[in-house]
Amino acid sequence: MGLESSVNQPFLATRLDEVINWGRKYSMWPMPFGTACCAIEFMGVVSGRFDVSRFGAELVRFSPRQADLLLVMGTITQKQAPVLKQIYDQMPDPKWVVSMGACASSGGFYDNYSVVQGIDEIIPVDVYVAGCPPRPENVLGAIVKIMEKISTEKAADWR
Amino acid sequence: MKRLDQGGPGTHVQPIPTELLTINIGPAHPATHGTLRLQLQLDGETIVNCGAEIGYLHRGYEKQAESTFYQLVIPYAERLNYMGPVNNSNAWCHACEQLLGIEVPARAQALRVITSEMGRIIDHAVCIGTNLVDIGALTNFWYMYNYREKIYDLYEELTGARMMVNYPRIGGVAMDAPDGWFESLIKVIDEMGEAVGDVRSLVERNRIFMDRTIGVGAITKELAIQHSVTGPCLRAAGIPYDVRKAQPYWGYEKYDFDIPTGEGGDTYDRTIVRFREMEQSVRIIKQAVASIPGGPVMVDDHLVALPPKDKVYNTMEGLINHFKLIMHGIRPPKGEIYSATEGGCGELGFYIVSDGSPSAWRVRIRPPCFANYSVFPKIITGGMVADAVAALGSINVIAGELDR
Amino acid sequence: MNESDILARVKERFGARVLAEYTFRGQTAVTIAPETLRELLLFLRDDQETQMDWLMDVGGVDYLGYGSDEDERDWRFEVAYQLYSMGKNHRFRVKVAVRDETVEIPSVWDLWAIANWEEREVWDMFGIRFTGHPNLRRILCHDEFVGHALRKDYPINKRQKLSQPSEMILCEKVEWA
Repeated sequence: MGLESSVNQPFLATRLDEVINWGRKYSMWPMPFGTACCAIEFMGVVSGRFDVSRFGAELVRFSPRQADLLLVMGTITQKQAPVLKQIYDQMPDPKWVVSMGACASSGGFYDNYSVVQGIDEIIPVDVYVAGCPPRPENVLGAIVKIMEKISTEKAADWR
Repeated sequence: MKRLDQGGPGTHVQPIPTELLTINIGPAHPATHGTLRLQLQLDGETIVNCGAEIGYLHRGYEKQAESTFYQLVIPYAERLNYMGPVNNSNAWCHACEQLLGIEVPARAQALRVITSEMGRIIDHAVCIGTNLVDIGALTNFWYMYNYREKIYDLYEELTGARMMVNYPRIGGVAMDAPDGWFESLIKVIDEMGEAVGDVRSLVERNRIFMDRTIGVGAITKELAIQHSVTGPCLRAAGIPYDVRKAQPYWGYEKYDFDIPTGEGGDTYDRTIVRFREMEQSVRIIKQAVASIPGGPVMVDDHLVALPPKDKVYNTMEGLINHFKLIMHGIRPPKGEIYSATEGGCGELGFYIVSDGSPSAWRVRIRPPCFANYSVFPKIITGGMVADAVAALGSINVIAGELDR
Repeated sequence: MNESDILARVKERFGARVLAEYTFRGQTAVTIAPETLRELLLFLRDDQETQMDWLMDVGGVDYLGYGSDEDERDWRFEVAYQLYSMGKNHRFRVKVAVRDETVEIPSVWDLWAIANWEEREVWDMFGIRFTGHPNLRRILCHDEFVGHALRKDYPINKRQKLSQPSEMILCEKVEWA
């Protein structure tokens, strides 16, 4: 292009949000908020056979302050709900939430006095995963969905 | 090397007086495996007081079981202990059968034994794996989990689902094993035996592991009786109680297996007892497969068992039976029963009060983890915070069962 | 000694204080009044013939609207104690008749430490009080929960407002035994 000769280094021209989204989507740090059965399936997702590190999301952080992807796995009860809210609030922006399994998404088959009927009563959710518990492939599918969502974000919307 | 308090080097160092520090662990903490909350009062790093709060996964199981049909409780029961799910649904069906007073066909009993022992293996595998992760040994988890996946494959071949398989039915099991399933089962558990041996040889005489676990979080016999601790935690304390031996069900008396016991009841013993129990489970599965009887897998009783599909579609009686069972449920007589089986963590009891209607009047679960965990504040007091983490993993607290 | 022998032994010792006895599918139980509870449990635990040294479970039952007219119970709740003898390998069930929620049951947490948590659960779920319990707080439901969930007059899906993040409960207040 002629510009290289003036800066003496090869370079690539792109948009800022494209490159930042590209970086973000392959280096998600999930915070597993595992309460019940789905957390055991998440162990399957991170272990050898399904290997979430193929999608760059294997760096599981147990501190919400170091994570940008909240995976809510399992039933959220009335007693647990404020804890979940607090954890979500502690996460730095930008952040995404996956609601894994029937219980987290809708209360599942626990329609009773102690179970919150879906975590979207408490926090915003980006992707819902069906299943009781979902297969590990479904969870990987949810991570891919989150990646697609990240790649459409615009610099103008950054907070 | 002598320790400081034994007059070794550095004895002249005076202890620094500290104020008591109160810290909160959980409910969202990597060491609490889900949803437990601990409050510790620390003097330096020593725990001087401990409070435990539970109930963060109280899903209203008992209320739910009262308001739905007996056969519809099976999936709920499975989600009590999600480490070895089939053990619980088998146990629930067993309790209902005791209430109804029916005997399950021999082949179904053997299939229940096999699936339950598979459940016990994967329960212990993940318990040991995660406990070792907490202590700092990550590798074993991958070994163990690979074989858990292989057992999942077998479940999938048998039932169509990986984890929550919904396999047993009141009066038997849902379907017979497919062709070649037993052969692949034997192959997998043989491989599994090798993997377990590998992990065991990595940890059993490992200096770091022994230092971290021997004498840590010991449950003495007296404490175990006081708190009704059952399962591997009790056997590690040296009391050979196992419901499979004490009050056999599903023909467990036919199988030749040992009850592994420990001596001190500490974290090390609990881990080793689990390793040895997995070996015994492999033994039981092999015997059960070798001696599996033929015949039906469902009891021949139209008040309990759904008729086969060709009868439902082609005969009037079959259609009516199917309709009655689905719409009006199974009706046990008025009465009450306490049925105990050996779950992954200990004695799993169901206390069912029936009023003769198709749903139970009252279902009370005796969850082994509830009793096992109630002893936990006592055994960690006086130890270090890191020891508390090691002891917690070895008790294998399943929140689904603890809080129901 | 099988379960009917235990029943006979209990009846011989306690006579008319046994309000009801019960046999079903080989399992036996007796119903007694709250004031007899500790004496009976101690008898079963210490007697050489029974040796019921394990308290496996404590669970409440609400009989509001149970069965039909022929049900002779004139009490609403029962609390069932599942006992087990490790030495003799037999089980027995002791049930305490609780007329209504104003009646208190003596706590047995000093005999079996597990009763501490089990009784808290019965209080949480049924609202039955235990005299002498050191720490009768809710255990499964959150602290702000109103009512008792496993009572028959509590609707299954009556949800209550979400709990607030609880204050730190200081360790001194959290009693365990």
